[in-house]
Amino acid sequence: MITRPDDLPEEELLLSGTRSCAGCSMSLMYRTAIKALGKNTIITVPASCLTVLHGLYHKQSVLVNVIHTTFETTAASASGIVAALEALGLDEKITVVGFAGDGGTSDIGIQGLSGAAERNTNFIYACYDNEMYSNTGTQRSGQTPYMAYTTTTPHGKLEHKKNIPMIMLAHNIPYIATTCASYPLDVFNKFTRAKQFKGTRYIHVLAPCPPGWGYPTHESIEIGKLAVRTGIFPLYEIIDGKMFLSKESEPYLDPRKRLPVADYLKKQGRFKHITQQHIDTYQEYVNGQWDFISKML
Amino acid sequence: MVNSRDPKSTIAAVQHPTVGEAGKTGTWRTFRPVIDENKCILVTSPKARCHTCWMFCPEGNISKTRPPRVNYDYCKGCGICAQSCPHDAIAMRKEEDEP
Repeated sequence: MITRPDDLPEEELLLSGTRSCAGCSMSLMYRTAIKALGKNTIITVPASCLTVLHGLYHKQSVLVNVIHTTFETTAASASGIVAALEALGLDEKITVVGFAGDGGTSDIGIQGLSGAAERNTNFIYACYDNEMYSNTGTQRSGQTPYMAYTTTTPHGKLEHKKNIPMIMLAHNIPYIATTCASYPLDVFNKFTRAKQFKGTRYIHVLAPCPPGWGYPTHESIEIGKLAVRTGIFPLYEIIDGKMFLSKESEPYLDPRKRLPVADYLKKQGRFKHITQQHIDTYQEYVNGQWDFISKML
Repeated sequence: MVNSRDPKSTIAAVQHPTVGEAGKTGTWRTFRPVIDENKCILVTSPKARCHTCWMFCPEGNISKTRPPRVNYDYCKGCGICAQSCPHDAIAMRKEEDEP
């Protein structure tokens, strides 16, 4: 476990000059995650912002092996790669990782993911959650939070976010973690830990998106940190069914220490239209979420 | 190595790692980050450990050196480094202004 920025490995596996937007926290998360995963990794990516980052044929912007697959088959293609590696006797040496967006995980790819998790296929599934289909111009996904503007929810989404880590918990997989791109050290530590387990491992990363969420590019880190400090996005690990709160989220178990959700919502263009009533509903939802977590600990 | 552009190659779609896949992304920039060496803790105290800007750069365009150097060919000018510097040593200057 590392605690200081300069403890991160110096070698860059993500090459400069990618196609991702300025201030993209997914790019930051990916850069840190592949540092933890190392070169002996095969990554499988469905249609998502990450496909855009990898670039157009015949160039790519990373030094690890990447397979581009169709939207719903991240976990299915990873299962195939794992089976091939096992047949070749390389499964101990090479880590297989499926990197999908929130839409590719919670809406389109969930059947493949559920199947792979049920078989306990030996791979890491990482979902980077920018809370909308950012790649195609911000449409609503199952991970879009309450009242957020997207092009398909012009008056704000009426439903709350889907809790994918808890769906994965129901599959009895050995390792589940949530992390946020604003804490690169936490991202690095959780990917490093996930590598040590065998079986299906699931990591959910919150990745703020400047054009989709409507905030200036330099605030990417701050917005992610606010999501944690307001308690909207709790960071935890579930190891063999037992939940552990990460140190970044530990203080916020106490409701008095949590910042009001309005601090987070008011910084973003996608929540520009919300009223006090919506903020109260949101706050209630966040409090309920923490009541649930405190019972799980 | 298999060359994907060679018609005799049996592998149809292989991509090769390249720096600057999207071209010189430095041209996207409106503001450029300028590191003030008088404020950067890595210069002012030789034993200090920091490299926070290097850790937070989404593209890895800041070098892990003393002082850190920005790769202006590919820096997109997002300003995350200036925002996250604990010693306020990075300023965002408009591109047209003198460096």
